[in-house]
Amino acid sequence: MNELQELYQEVIIDHGTKPRNFGKLETCSHQAEGFNPLCGDELTLFLDIDENNIITHIKFEGQGCAISTASASLMTQFLVGKTIEEAEQAMHEFTAMVTTSPNEEHSRLGKLKILAGVNKYPSRVKCASLPWHTLLAALKNETEAASTE
Amino acid sequence: MNYPIEKIRADFPILDQNINGHPLVYLDNAATTQKPNCVIDAVAHYYKHLNSNVHRGVHSLSEQATAAYEESRMTIKEFINAVDVREIVFCRGTTEAINLVASSYGRANLTKGDEILISTLEHHSNIVPWQLLCEQTGAILKVAPINDKGEIVLADYKRLLSEKTKMVAVNHVSNALGTINPVQEMTTLAHSVGAKILIDGAQALATVPVDVQAIGCDFYTGSGHKLFAPTGIGFLFARAELLEAMPPYHGGGDMIRQVTFEKTTYAPIPYKFEAGTPNIVGAIGLGVAIDYINSIGRENIFAHEHMLLEYATEKAEAEKGMRIIGTAKHKTSVLSFVLDGIHPHDMGTILDHQGIAIRTGHHCAMPVMKFFKVPATARASFSLYNTKADVDALFVGIQKIKEMFASE
Repeated sequence: MNELQELYQEVIIDHGTKPRNFGKLETCSHQAEGFNPLCGDELTLFLDIDENNIITHIKFEGQGCAISTASASLMTQFLVGKTIEEAEQAMHEFTAMVTTSPNEEHSRLGKLKILAGVNKYPSRVKCASLPWHTLLAALKNETEAASTE
Repeated sequence: MNYPIEKIRADFPILDQNINGHPLVYLDNAATTQKPNCVIDAVAHYYKHLNSNVHRGVHSLSEQATAAYEESRMTIKEFINAVDVREIVFCRGTTEAINLVASSYGRANLTKGDEILISTLEHHSNIVPWQLLCEQTGAILKVAPINDKGEIVLADYKRLLSEKTKMVAVNHVSNALGTINPVQEMTTLAHSVGAKILIDGAQALATVPVDVQAIGCDFYTGSGHKLFAPTGIGFLFARAELLEAMPPYHGGGDMIRQVTFEKTTYAPIPYKFEAGTPNIVGAIGLGVAIDYINSIGRENIFAHEHMLLEYATEKAEAEKGMRIIGTAKHKTSVLSFVLDGIHPHDMGTILDHQGIAIRTGHHCAMPVMKFFKVPATARASFSLYNTKADVDALFVGIQKIKEMFASE
């Protein structure tokens, strides 16, 4: 499998063109916007977090490339049922995975590991990280849009 | 005449290489153009044989460097048919040239309630300096709309002009779409209400013959790197009487006549606007690049690129799911497009794997993207060294993108 096929695996094309959890949460406890000034990708993330700090519902909307859309779609699937602490931990692991050596094990990331191929494309790392930057902003309930810059 | 494509391609050493295992197909010329051997050699020659500061030394090297630097100013003057060589100010590029006019002319001449008219087609570099000026002076920014072909609507442009309009700033050619604007007519209309007009020529100069006297504009700007010259050099043309009256932009060495702590007097134009040691080698390279363009002829270049544009447009129109963004009647060879269901960034990465360099994104023209309701486009832009085979490679690449996205 060459690098390009590794980047655009079937799962990524699938989630990138038919994203899961796409849309608005009418009522939610946390919300944030993310923006990649380099390419104009936009993302709004909606989270509902219960009194035990567990993410019960999560949705996103916006527009972006297959990498950022697939990353957001896979992230939302991954996060349902996780605690805030687990979500933050996953964000750090994900960031490490897409920015450092692909050989490192990121066992807790499960299906998200499919995005590891991004680290060979420095110009695309920000596409994959945008949803996670936005997640961090949502958890902090920041009013200013999260930016990849 | 027979267009000497083989000879031209041989003049650009960068084209002769593989990228990701495929021969380079460089279609990002609207972002920056490649450099011919004559420019690369002129840069090397300068550092090997001429390097010294200009306008200062009495020694031979300084005199030779000064002569070469000033000769380039003359080359630019002739290239755009300015009246007077003193009307050419060297600067870093179009962005700095526009900022110079907005800061120097703008702050001295605009006040609260005055209007600045730009268009939807503008590059951010012809929007933001005027927004800054509005914040500083209380002037108001007005925007002439475009139609769905990506052409400025002249009736609306006319309607937005009034005695309140003090400055008009429009591009000659749109970087995002390739639209060639009727700048001569727009200048006449601007002058009819007493406004000054700046034309951003960054995208025009490599292809479109430019005659600032025929256009009649007050300011015209250009960037060397889009003209086969090095980065970091460009110029501002401004009518001499305007430059004479404008306050300096940057203060420093070279722009003064006499300095005391009580009062400083300034050098004559254009030096009043060239503080500090300039990009000497860049200026020399720009002169050589213009000589190179002249040796082929802008009419010939335009005809060659137009042939490529027509060829690519025909293929694009036949391509299922492809939509061309920007279909103006008068265009330079820019093919901006989107594909159904596939984001331009994914196209860019997949094409790069086949050695094909295009630009993807908003092209520093977010208002244009907003108008066409797309987040971004893919943009292939052709230059004097591109061939029909390059266009073919692009469309083979597009097939590959479609196959990958149809895989599941």
